[in-house]
Amino acid sequence: MTNRFRTASGGRIDRAAPLSFRFDGQTFSGFKGDTLASALIANGVHLVGRSFKYHRPRGLLSAGSDEPNALVNVARDAARAAPNLRATQVEVYEGLKAESQNRWPSLAFDAGAVNDLASPFLPSGFYYKTFMWPAGAWKRFYEPKIRAMAGLGVAPTLPDPDRYTQNHVHCDVLVVGAGPAGLAAALAAAESGARVILCDEQAELGGSLLSETTATIEGQPAADWLAATLATLAGKDNVTLLPRTTAFGYYPHNLVALAERVTEHLAVPGAGLPRERLWQVRAKEVVLAAGALERPLVFPENDRPGVLLADSGRTYANRYGAKVGERAVIFTACDAGYRTALDLKAAGVTIVAVADLRTEVSGELPARALAAGIDVRPSTVLVGTKGRLRVSSAQFAKARNGEVGPTETIACDTVLMSGGFTPSVHLFSQSRGKLVWDGAAGAYLPGTSVERERSAGSCRGVYGLQRVLEDGYAQGEAAARAAATFTSPARGATPAPATPSRTIPASADDLGTAGFIGATPHGRNPALAKAFVDWQNDVTSKDILLATREGFRSIEHVKRYTTTGMATDQGKTSNMNTLGIVSEALDTPVPKIGLTTFRPPFTPTTFGLFAGAARGDVFDPLRKTAIHDWAAEQGAAFEDVGNWKRALYFPRAGAGGRMEDMHAAVARECKAVRASVGMFDASTLGKIEIVGPDAAEFMNRMYTNAWAKLEPGRLRYGVMLREDGFVMDDGVVGRMASDRFHVTTTTGGAPRVLAHMEDYLQTEWPDLDVWLTSTTEQWSVIAVQGPKAREVIAPLIEGIDLSKEGFPHMCVREGTILGVPTRLFSVSFTGELGFEINVPSAYGRAVWEAVHAAGERFGITPYGTETMHVLRAEKGYIIVGQETDGTATPDDANLGWAVGKAKKDFVGKRSLARAAMSAPDRRQLVGLKTTDPAVVLEEGAQIVADPSAPVPVPMLGFVTSSYHSAVLGRSIALAMVKGGRARIGTKLMVPMPTHAIEVEVVEPVFYDPKGDRLNG
Amino acid sequence: MVESASMTTPLTPANPLHVLAAASRDVAAVRLAALAPAARLVFRGREAAIGPAGEAFGVPLPREACRFNTAGGRFAFWLGPDEWLLLVPNAEAAPLFTAIEAATTGLPHALVDVSERSVGIEVAGEKAAFVLNQGNPLDLSLAAFPIGMCTRTVFHKAEILLVRHAPDVFHLDVWRSFAPYVWELLEDARRELA
Repeated sequence: MTNRFRTASGGRIDRAAPLSFRFDGQTFSGFKGDTLASALIANGVHLVGRSFKYHRPRGLLSAGSDEPNALVNVARDAARAAPNLRATQVEVYEGLKAESQNRWPSLAFDAGAVNDLASPFLPSGFYYKTFMWPAGAWKRFYEPKIRAMAGLGVAPTLPDPDRYTQNHVHCDVLVVGAGPAGLAAALAAAESGARVILCDEQAELGGSLLSETTATIEGQPAADWLAATLATLAGKDNVTLLPRTTAFGYYPHNLVALAERVTEHLAVPGAGLPRERLWQVRAKEVVLAAGALERPLVFPENDRPGVLLADSGRTYANRYGAKVGERAVIFTACDAGYRTALDLKAAGVTIVAVADLRTEVSGELPARALAAGIDVRPSTVLVGTKGRLRVSSAQFAKARNGEVGPTETIACDTVLMSGGFTPSVHLFSQSRGKLVWDGAAGAYLPGTSVERERSAGSCRGVYGLQRVLEDGYAQGEAAARAAATFTSPARGATPAPATPSRTIPASADDLGTAGFIGATPHGRNPALAKAFVDWQNDVTSKDILLATREGFRSIEHVKRYTTTGMATDQGKTSNMNTLGIVSEALDTPVPKIGLTTFRPPFTPTTFGLFAGAARGDVFDPLRKTAIHDWAAEQGAAFEDVGNWKRALYFPRAGAGGRMEDMHAAVARECKAVRASVGMFDASTLGKIEIVGPDAAEFMNRMYTNAWAKLEPGRLRYGVMLREDGFVMDDGVVGRMASDRFHVTTTTGGAPRVLAHMEDYLQTEWPDLDVWLTSTTEQWSVIAVQGPKAREVIAPLIEGIDLSKEGFPHMCVREGTILGVPTRLFSVSFTGELGFEINVPSAYGRAVWEAVHAAGERFGITPYGTETMHVLRAEKGYIIVGQETDGTATPDDANLGWAVGKAKKDFVGKRSLARAAMSAPDRRQLVGLKTTDPAVVLEEGAQIVADPSAPVPVPMLGFVTSSYHSAVLGRSIALAMVKGGRARIGTKLMVPMPTHAIEVEVVEPVFYDPKGDRLNG
Repeated sequence: MVESASMTTPLTPANPLHVLAAASRDVAAVRLAALAPAARLVFRGREAAIGPAGEAFGVPLPREACRFNTAGGRFAFWLGPDEWLLLVPNAEAAPLFTAIEAATTGLPHALVDVSERSVGIEVAGEKAAFVLNQGNPLDLSLAAFPIGMCTRTVFHKAEILLVRHAPDVFHLDVWRSFAPYVWELLEDARRELA
C-alpha cells in the first residue's frame, strides 16, 4: 500500500527510514516516527475498531492517549501479545503486527453489529432491568455472554516471557509532561541546581510544540527551540529525561508512579532490557504540566470513522505528515477549528466548510480562514452524518436559540470537531487536590493542593504559548525554591502565585478560551439519533437524559448507571460533556452537579509492571537451611513452612526399585527412630538470645512458667500467652548463664514472638536491663533421636560429659563437636532419648554429614517433618497452631502444669482468671481412637455425640491431628472436645459425608505414657 | 567410645552464596561478590557500657544515627540508639567476645555472637545504586546516603543492613537464608547492564 494520504514533505517522521507493518493481516508501509494511527491514516485507513456495545464501526478519534476507539492488539508472538493498546500510542517498527478487536468475523463485516439495530432494547442500565430471570442465570449465562459480546481485547494465556523492572528514585522536582510548560519548568528547576526528572508519555518530548509549524519562541521556530532546550536539559547531570513514560498514579507523600515503555517501540528489543520499567518517584516537589485535552462535540452520528478531533487532525498533518482525508468538514465551538482548517488547507486538504456553533465569529483565526477563502458558517450545527464504514457526508443546519433549521447535506470524507479544551486535571485530582469550577474558563481547575505540587500551563487553564512558557518557568523556579527548603513531606496548600524571573517571548496562534459543553441541538427524533458522549463505553446523550429522567441527580450515580467515563480512557473525552448534558437536563449549574473522582491509573497499566521482578522463584524469599541441599541430594520431598522449605520425608527405593510413597517412608522413618536412631533438621526453629541482668525477670513476665530457679545448664519447656490468655507460642528454653537464655520458638512464630517481646520491652518495661537478639540463623539444629542417639554422637563430642547422670534429660551443655563449638541440648520431641546439636550455621551441613556417617552403624535414618509430627502425636505433644487455634488456654491444651501458679504476674495471667477461661465445657485436648484401627480420621473433621440428632447437630469439637501410627499399628488422633477430659472412656462419632465413624475418647498420650524412654 | 573426635580434620565453613557467586558473570558496571567470613557481634547496652565496649573492641561505637566507625580493619555499625553490630572480616569471634565481656563486666549490656547469622555481599560499580534501588526505596545519592552511612533496610522482601564504603561501593549484610534471594534479584537487576 502506498502512503496516498502522506504530505509531500514536512512532519517529524524520518522519510529516509521507511518500514512495513501489518494491520489485520494486511501489509502497510510507514516511516520511523509514525504511530500505528498516523501510519494507518497516511494509508487512508480510518476504520480501526468496533464499538463496545453496539459494534458500530469506529475510527481514530484523537492522536493521543485520550483515544477511546482505536484499541488494538499488538503481538510479537503468542505469549508477547498486548491487547487494548491505543493505536495512537503504538510506535510503528519494522514487522509490527497489530490486530483490531471486538469484531467477528472481520472489521468490515461484524456480526455483533446487529446490536446496533437492537439498540432500542439496550438502553443504559439494560442489564439491571433485563437479565433478572431466572435467578442464577446472570452468573452462569448472561454475564459470560455479555462479556464475550462487549469484550475488549483478549489477554494471552501463555506466561509472559518479558521482564519488568522497578526502580525507586528520588528527586527535588518531578515535572510531569514535556510540553512547553513542562519544558520551561524543568529548565527553570534545573538551572537552580535541583535534581529534576522530566517525563512524558509520548515517544518524543515536546508536547504541543511537536505539532507547531509556525510558532516561534525566543526568536526561533518552535521546533528549533525545542531541540535546543532538550539538548540543554540532556546535557545537565542533574536532569533525567524520560520519554515514553506515563505518570499514571499520584500517591500520598509525593510518591508518583511512572510507567516507562522501554522496548515496546523496538523491532528487536535488546537482550536484558525490561519491556517496561516502573519508576517509583519520591519528589520533594511536583510540577504537573499535563496540558489540556480537546473536547469532542456531541452531535448525532459523531462516531463514524473519519470523524476526529480537530486538533488531532492538525497533529496528524503537522507532526506526522498524514492527511486525515481529502475533503474535510469542520464543526467547531472555538477558534481551534480554524487553526486546523488553515493548517490542513496548507497541507493540501480541501476544507469544504466550517460550521461554527457560535453566532459571533470574530478574531484573528476566523478572519484568516475567511481570507483564505474557506466557507465559514456561523450559528451552524451538524445534525448528522452518513456513511457505513467511513463518513461520506455531513448534514448542516442553522441553529439559533435552540431552533434548528432545515438541513443541507454536504459530501465529505472527514469531519473535524472541536468543543474547546479541557485542562487535564487527572493527576491533580488523584493527589486529592480540590478542583474549583472556573466559570470564565468553563472548566474545573486545580484549587487547593494536598500534596507538595503545583500545576503549570494549560492544565491549570493558562493558555497562549508565551503565557504557558512563562507560567511553566515560574512554577519550575518556585518548585526548586520550595524543594531547597524542604524539611518534611508536610502537606501543602494553594501554591502561591508565581512570577517568572525572566520572559520567554513567543508567538503562536491564540485560541482564546471559548468552548462548548454538552450536546449540540439537532432537532431530530431524540429516540433515533445517536449522539455519542463516551465513545469507548458506547454512551449517548439520550442514555444520560434517560438516567436523569429515571431520577439520577448525582454525577456519580449517572456515571455508574450509564457507565459513562468508566471505560479504560477514564472519560478523558467524555466527562465534561456528560456534566453539560446533566446540567442542562436538570437546569442546574455545572458546579452543582459535582465531578467524578479521577482514579489511577491515568492510562491502562500492565500487571507485569506491578509484579516487577517478583515472580517465579523470587516471588517471595525462599528460605533454605544449611542442610537443605543435602536433603535435596537425598531425594527428600519438601513442604513449605512459612517461607522455609522443610524436608517432609526421605523416600527410598523399595522392592522392585519403586520409590516409597509418603505413607511407606513415614512408617519406616518412625520405626527407625523408635527402634534405633533418626536425625532431623530442626534449624528452622526460631531462636532468640535474651541477655542482661534482668533476663530471668523478663522471662518470668513473658512466659507462664517460673524461671528464677532454673539453673544454668538446664532446659525448660516454656509457654507464652497473648494478653488475652490464649496460647501464642511454645518452645524449649535453655539457661546458658544467670543472665543469658537461649530461647526457641516455633518455626512460623519466630518473627511474631520477637516482635511481641520487643513490644513489651520497649513500651511496658523499658526499665528492664535485658536485650533480645534473633539467633535463628546463627544456629543449625540437628536433632538426633532414638535409643542409640547417645552412642551416635558420643565419638564426635568433646568437652561434655554425656553420661546419663552427667547429662540427664532437659539439660544444655557447651562443648565442641568435631572441633566446632556447640550448644548441646538433651531434649526430645519424639519421646525417645534425644539430643539437639546447635552448631554455627556455616558448619551445619558438615556436622550433619559427620553425624550421619557416625550413625551409619546404627542405621541412622534421616526423617522429615511428617515423621516428626507422627512421633510427637504418639506422645501427645501439641503443635501450637495445629492443636491450638488462638482460643486455647494452657489448660485446654493440657499445659496447665506449665503455668506458674505462684507467680505474681505474666502476660495473660489476668485473662486466665476470667470465669469463662476455666469453664468445664471448654474444648480440651484429648486423644481419639477409632473403633476400627485401620480408619484414619480426617483432620478438621467435626465430632458429635449423635450424628442422627436433629439439625443443627450440636458440635462437640474437631480433630486437630490424625495419623496412622506404624509403631502402634493403628490410627491415632488428637482432638479438641468440649469437656473432653470428662469424656475419656466414652464413645463419640465423627460424621463424614457418607457415614459416621465411631471413636473412643482417650488420654492424648498413645506411646510410653510414663516417659521411661526419654532417659534412654 | 571407639573413635576420637580430635582425629578428624577441621570442618570447612560453608557460604550459602558459594554456588551463585561462582556462576556469576562479571559486569563492569556493577560487580557482585560474596564477602569473606567475618566475626559479628551484636552489642546492646546502657550508657555506661558503651564506652568500655568500644574501647575493648578498638573502635569507638558511633553515637550518630546510621553511621559506622572503622579502625584497623574493624567496623562498628550503628543499628539503634543502644544497638551496634561489631564486625571484623576474617576473624574469630571468641577472643573479641571475651575481651568485650571483660571490659563491660557489671555494666548492663548484652553481647551475642551472630557471626554465622548473616553473610556479606559487595555491590560495586558505577551502577551500584541503580541496581540497589530496584529493591530498595532509599535515596542513595551521596548527599542523602553518604560514605560512612549504614542502615537496616530492605531489598525487595528481605531485610538487609546496607553500608556505603565508597561512592560506588556498597556492602549488604543479609541473613543466610535470605542471601540467595537477594543475590538472584541483584543479578536480575543488572541483567540490562551486561
